[in-house]
Amino acid sequence: MKDKKKFQINKYIFISILSICFGIFVWWLVTDGLGIFRSNALPSPVKVFESFIKKWYETKPDGATLLEHLIASLQVALGGYVIGAVIGIPLGIFMAWNDKIDMCVRPVFDLVRTIPGVAWTSVMVTLVGIGFLSKALVIFISAMVAMVINSYSGIKQTKTVHLWVGQTFGASNWELLTKIAIPSALPMIFTGLDVALGSAWTTLVAAELLASTKGLGFMIQQARGIFRLDIVIVGMIVIAITGAVLSTIIQWLGRKMIKGGRT
Amino acid sequence: MANKEPKVRVQNLTKKFGDLLVLDNLNFEVEEGEFLCIVGPTGCGKTTFLNSLTRLYQPTAGEILVNGIPVDPKKQNISYIFQEYSSFPWLTVEQNIRFGLEIKKIPKEEADANVEEMLDIVGLTKFRNYYPSQLSISMLQRVAIARAFATKPELLLMDEPYGQLDIDLRFKLEDELIKLWKKTGTTVLFITHNIEEAVYLSQKIMVLTNKPTSVKTVLDNPLPLPRDVVSEEFVALRNKVTDLIKWW
Repeated sequence: MKDKKKFQINKYIFISILSICFGIFVWWLVTDGLGIFRSNALPSPVKVFESFIKKWYETKPDGATLLEHLIASLQVALGGYVIGAVIGIPLGIFMAWNDKIDMCVRPVFDLVRTIPGVAWTSVMVTLVGIGFLSKALVIFISAMVAMVINSYSGIKQTKTVHLWVGQTFGASNWELLTKIAIPSALPMIFTGLDVALGSAWTTLVAAELLASTKGLGFMIQQARGIFRLDIVIVGMIVIAITGAVLSTIIQWLGRKMIKGGRT
Repeated sequence: MANKEPKVRVQNLTKKFGDLLVLDNLNFEVEEGEFLCIVGPTGCGKTTFLNSLTRLYQPTAGEILVNGIPVDPKKQNISYIFQEYSSFPWLTVEQNIRFGLEIKKIPKEEADANVEEMLDIVGLTKFRNYYPSQLSISMLQRVAIARAFATKPELLLMDEPYGQLDIDLRFKLEDELIKLWKKTGTTVLFITHNIEEAVYLSQKIMVLTNKPTSVKTVLDNPLPLPRDVVSEEFVALRNKVTDLIKWW
């Protein structure tokens, strides 16, 4: 039984790898293979791989190595993301739990949440200048929106009968929230964390294109200016892999924290 | 005036939802340790009645006294078994059963003993670390029953807890319930639309009228336990109750 399950997982991994390899093969085919695109329009996988290796120790053309860019981006993204979680999750929970808080915060929130995070970039730059803080704030806003919305609906979806069980046992309002509503909202809260991670990461790259001196988005922007498309693609691939790794970590954490399955 | 205060005294209980009068001036009493079944035509407001009794709904008028004081789940030891499946999916069987004991801040040793006892009585000891998603429907309802009894309630309310079970399981769980009731001596208010079930379980049967609901009558059920559903007396009582709730 266990062996069979293991086999299933292995099969899944095998197919995933196969499909990625196929994608790379097609990419190779249209560039080096058949020469449909010229190398300065679309660099081949081989060329991109070479640039990827080189970028670990070379600072040209943008003044920093790949690792430095990656660390700069991660700092900004995780900084804004963590603050977004620390403020957004409790905010969503209390908005859903308390009508008065909901009435006060809701109108502002409903306006803010329709604004794409990137739109805040220029405002933040004028307020606090180009640097860590302005980008972290932009990411904070876009991550927070997803976390508020998901924690809010998670709490709102608490089954009435579960709350009734607590009430008939004589639970206080605080106990109803902490022992029933929050545990039952936990799957939704983790969905929020995952969605927010995605929007934090995409917003980051966009923000770095506009206002930055370091970071993956900045690297892409610089390379684009001098037609180094190989570096642009290196940047894109690093963004994709890092995003996937972060998302996997959140999902793993969710599986550890959410007991009894998502029902 | 009776010399002993009844366990539950309901006075002029009225509940309106907007203009809709659901409960119309209900008056009755339940003695300590009594097993009362409440039957009535479909949609007559049985659940509203039980929910008003526990203050899940605020009654429009009237009073509900438990041990002579207004009902308050924070002060009185009440348990409620709901019609829907109410086990918490994020807790194991054992944690579910322990839930009420934790809310009531029962000391750990006593709580442990109660949980073990209940696990044993409902036959879920082997499944103590399972989550509700891994259990069958009848096991889920047993978890709810064990959770309700674990706090040793003075008043137990049950709202058609077996409505969705097939007949074999229903009889089995009904027998379990009688066993628990005898053992704990708790006062039980059991709502059902199943007349056979009411006659099988109860000491008294309260018949409600159609909406707006009031108490039509209260019958004694003197049949000795365990009851035989095909005996003449059983069938006679069942028919009598059926005639009382006929709305056609």
